[in-house]
Amino acid sequence: MKYLQKMLVLLSVVLLASTTAFAEVPSPKIPKGNAEQCVEPTQEMRVNHMEYILHQRDETVYKGVRTKQHSFKECINCHTVKDDAGKAVNFKDERHFCNSCHTYAAVKIDCFECHASTPTAKKDGKAHAGINSLIKMTAAESNNNE
Amino acid sequence: MSKSEAASNGLSRRKFLGASVAAGASVAPGISLISVANAKPVDQAISDEKRWGMLIDTNKCAKGCSACVDACNTENGLNTGDEQNSRQEQKAQWIRKVDLRDKLTGHEVSLPLMCQHCENPPCVDVCPTGASFKREDGVVLVDKHICIGCRYCMMACPYKARSFIHEELTNQVENTPRGKGTVESCTLCVHRIDEDTNNQRDPACAEACNTEGHKAMIFGDLKDASSDVSKALKQHSSKAIREDLGLNPGIRYRGI
Ligand code: HEC
Ligand code: HEC
Ligand code: HEC
Repeated sequence: MKYLQKMLVLLSVVLLASTTAFAEVPSPKIPKGNAEQCVEPTQEMRVNHMEYILHQRDETVYKGVRTKQHSFKECINCHTVKDDAGKAVNFKDERHFCNSCHTYAAVKIDCFECHASTPTAKKDGKAHAGINSLIKMTAAESNNNE
Repeated sequence: MSKSEAASNGLSRRKFLGASVAAGASVAPGISLISVANAKPVDQAISDEKRWGMLIDTNKCAKGCSACVDACNTENGLNTGDEQNSRQEQKAQWIRKVDLRDKLTGHEVSLPLMCQHCENPPCVDVCPTGASFKREDGVVLVDKHICIGCRYCMMACPYKARSFIHEELTNQVENTPRGKGTVESCTLCVHRIDEDTNNQRDPACAEACNTEGHKAMIFGDLKDASSDVSKALKQHSSKAIREDLGLNPGIRYRGI
């Protein structure tokens, strides 16, 4: 039942997102990720993105698995949306990638009460900076703040 | 099995360590010989063939130095933003400096105190949701996804190593998600130690202590006889804080 509901919600989201025929129906504006493609086929991600990240969550927290493919950090790094000033918008902004669609579909997630909703190396907006340079930047940033 | 037996039989830690090293070697010969840096590939799950731990030499720890504490705060983004409004005793504190003075002799020692990553952690025993848990490699963590913020674990910890987040947070660092209403403590920087050989680094506190030149914190695999920490433990006498509790912490001290 829950599954059927989910499929219906997702179906309508996808239909509305992928068609321009119903000009009078408001459809969500979903920003494209900053790469050629997603970590899984787009259609699969539309339907099952939550399964991937929730699975990864337990793999990482309990088993210490740190693969990048389904890592939450990487979703945030690649799906960055910039505002007019070129700064990555955070989860409070309706343009944030995860918001774009959730607001439309009335989904509420609490992940960003804890997780960063913008890449940590936000100063120069580098999406895939290596972990070492990320840390260095973090350190440099917080030194500046002192 | 053999671990808890060893603990309940009151075997000395060194004997216990010796036994488990031998067991590890016979189960997976060669592995400990090859892995110099003790790392695993990122796609591989952790296992109980390792136990992460630390030896802290209080003779080398400088009074008044807080490099480890500062590094921890920076690494994990502690006490920024609204958290600064928390009362002093409520602020996040994953590692703190403690100064001790022997009343009889006047001898003073200074040491960093954090989660001691017990083999038998009381915080895990009391947790009603299973959020407080011990990883197979001995790191004691809070799974914040299922922590309900009851704070029983904070009461149970004899080292006062855990803190509770009282404020709504923004701008967390990506490696350390944190949020209001959950308990947290030292993670031994799991996000650093889980990385593969090329990227693996010591926890931020130990790294900072080395950079500072004190070299008072040796981090490594207690089950690998060839690791720096095991060699140092073998050579010098060391103690766990509150050894009498039988918790067998992964953090041990020299000079106390
Ligand atoms: C390397 C960059 C990259 C990473 C990492 C990435 N994505 Fe994507 N994602 C994309 C791109 C590009 C698209 C759009 C592809 C298209 O238009 O066909 C996309 C599409 C999506 C969509 C469908 C959006 C729509 O238009 O309907 C979802 C949902 C999604 N991603 C979620 C995630 C999640 C969750 C993660 C983390 C597990 C993630 N993505 C990681 C690049 C990325
Ligand atoms: C293409 C639209 C779309 C995008 C983009 C999208 N989501 Fe979703 N998401 C949904 C829909 C629709 C649901 C609800 C499915 C259901 O009812 O079970 C959902 C559900 C979820 C859930 C499960 C919520 C729950 O309470 O069960 C999580 C977690 C989630 N999304 C995370 C994310 C994250 C993180 C991002 C950004 C990286 C994101 N989503 C981007 C459409 C989207
Ligand atoms: C109360 C705080 C909190 C909340 C809320 C939270 N997380 Fe986490 N999450 C953490 C912590 C702490 C870690 C461990 C970080 C580490 O070890 O690197 C983590 C790790 C993860 C990881 C593995 C690391 C990564 O970047 O891939 C994933 C995936 C994840 N969480 C997904 C989620 C999702 C999805 C939600 C929302 C449904 C969520 N989390 C909500 C605290 C939280």
